[in-house]
Amino acid sequence: MSNFPQDLRYTHDHEWLRSEGDGWRVGITQFAVDQLGDITLVDLPKEGDLVTKGQRFGTIESVKSVSDLYAPVSGKVLAINTKLKDSPELVNSEPYANGWMIDLEPTEKAELDELLSPDAYTTHVAAQ
Amino acid sequence: MERMKTPLWALHKQLGARLIDFGGWDMPVQYTAGTIKEHKAVREAVGLFDVSHMGEVFLRGPNAREQVDRLTSNNVVGAPVGKAVYTLLTRPDGGIVDDCIFYKKSDEEFFVIVNASNTRKDVDWFREHVKFPCDVVDVSDQTALIAVQGPKAVRMVDALAGGTLAQLPTFAFTDAEVAGVRCMVARTGYTGEDGFELAFPNEFAPKLWSALMEAAVPLGGLPIGLGARDTLRLEAKLPLYGNDLDDEHTPLEAGLGWAVKLDNREFLGAPVLREQKAKGLERQLVGFKIAEDQRAIARHGYPIKGGGIVTSGGPGIWVGGAIGLGYVPTAMAAAGTQLTIDCRGKDVPATVVSGKFYKRS
Repeated sequence: MSNFPQDLRYTHDHEWLRSEGDGWRVGITQFAVDQLGDITLVDLPKEGDLVTKGQRFGTIESVKSVSDLYAPVSGKVLAINTKLKDSPELVNSEPYANGWMIDLEPTEKAELDELLSPDAYTTHVAAQ
Repeated sequence: MERMKTPLWALHKQLGARLIDFGGWDMPVQYTAGTIKEHKAVREAVGLFDVSHMGEVFLRGPNAREQVDRLTSNNVVGAPVGKAVYTLLTRPDGGIVDDCIFYKKSDEEFFVIVNASNTRKDVDWFREHVKFPCDVVDVSDQTALIAVQGPKAVRMVDALAGGTLAQLPTFAFTDAEVAGVRCMVARTGYTGEDGFELAFPNEFAPKLWSALMEAAVPLGGLPIGLGARDTLRLEAKLPLYGNDLDDEHTPLEAGLGWAVKLDNREFLGAPVLREQKAKGLERQLVGFKIAEDQRAIARHGYPIKGGGIVTSGGPGIWVGGAIGLGYVPTAMAAAGTQLTIDCRGKDVPATVVSGKFYKRS
């Protein structure tokens, strides 16, 4: 079982969020990475795009499968991780650091309260 | 239902493999290196595959030659003793029951290795269609199978067999002792690389696997999971039953005409195939390539505009871009034809390519 960083919030879709300045950085968890295997392509939205909680904002292609990325909260895309275009393997090697996906500025602050704590996420993963 | 385990299951766990359900078997999809590194290790050095989940069957009897001839699209029985022959098992309607390799031990004894997910079906098929006194002996439960593949594979296994195997021709087999274990060794594989497949009794599996690992690791070798097995076979344009082959497509449509010998033979499905060959094919399995800058991968089931469908697809880990196989109308099957594939709502251009995506030098 992975140990999930204590300073992050999580979603049921195996994404993590970290508060950074005005925005929240979004990536996928070690659990998701382990399930996906080697990641070969990451498709992300553009800076300035608006995303809606629960809607698809991008896709991840691994060697074996394709998966959707769902917006953890609604908001505006402040930045995307451009490194992933040429180095998608960063998601595998550093999912909580250089493998991040997007920075979001939430528009519905109440949605942040619905994110999972590390303990709640650990319980969620254990039930998978 | 509890998944079946090969005799190497505990060793896979020790090696940190991620195990998945594959046709009822608990099999490594990847080890700690991951699919991309495993794929490259087979192209550059050597890889070990536990394929003990595959089925092994003997067809034995004074009439075995005649019985095997009636079930196989390729001319298995005409091969010399000691040769392995790739063939389809065809249905009376020309569809494919399975693709497999027959090993001719004599006119009265043939050994066959079949796809894991089809073992039950194939054994039933043999029992239903083989006439007395030919016996169908299913030894799948007692037989382990390890594939050793890659440019360093032949030398490595040869050294463990006292220098008796390097001379074995492609698609030939022999009995040999490898690291002290008596095996049936065939110069065959499913990766596009040179190498061997070793069949032997279950109880020796941990011993032989460990000896092979010990020899492979200093050469840059790795254990290889089903993930890389699939990407390797796709680059070599080797079809996979259940993806590219099934009972609704004929071997001619699948581009396997080279394994369909119709002259003076009457195997199951031969009349249908003869007619299809005379009339011409309406659809064909083709290889396609998607350029790297398209940043898209076409996968099994994606529609190809104009009436086609993708049957296999993935990243070309060694050859670059994304590659795949699919059935298209014959008018769209020529090399160079531009296809449009519906990748989850996005139109992605692809080009039909002839031949293997990867060919070893």
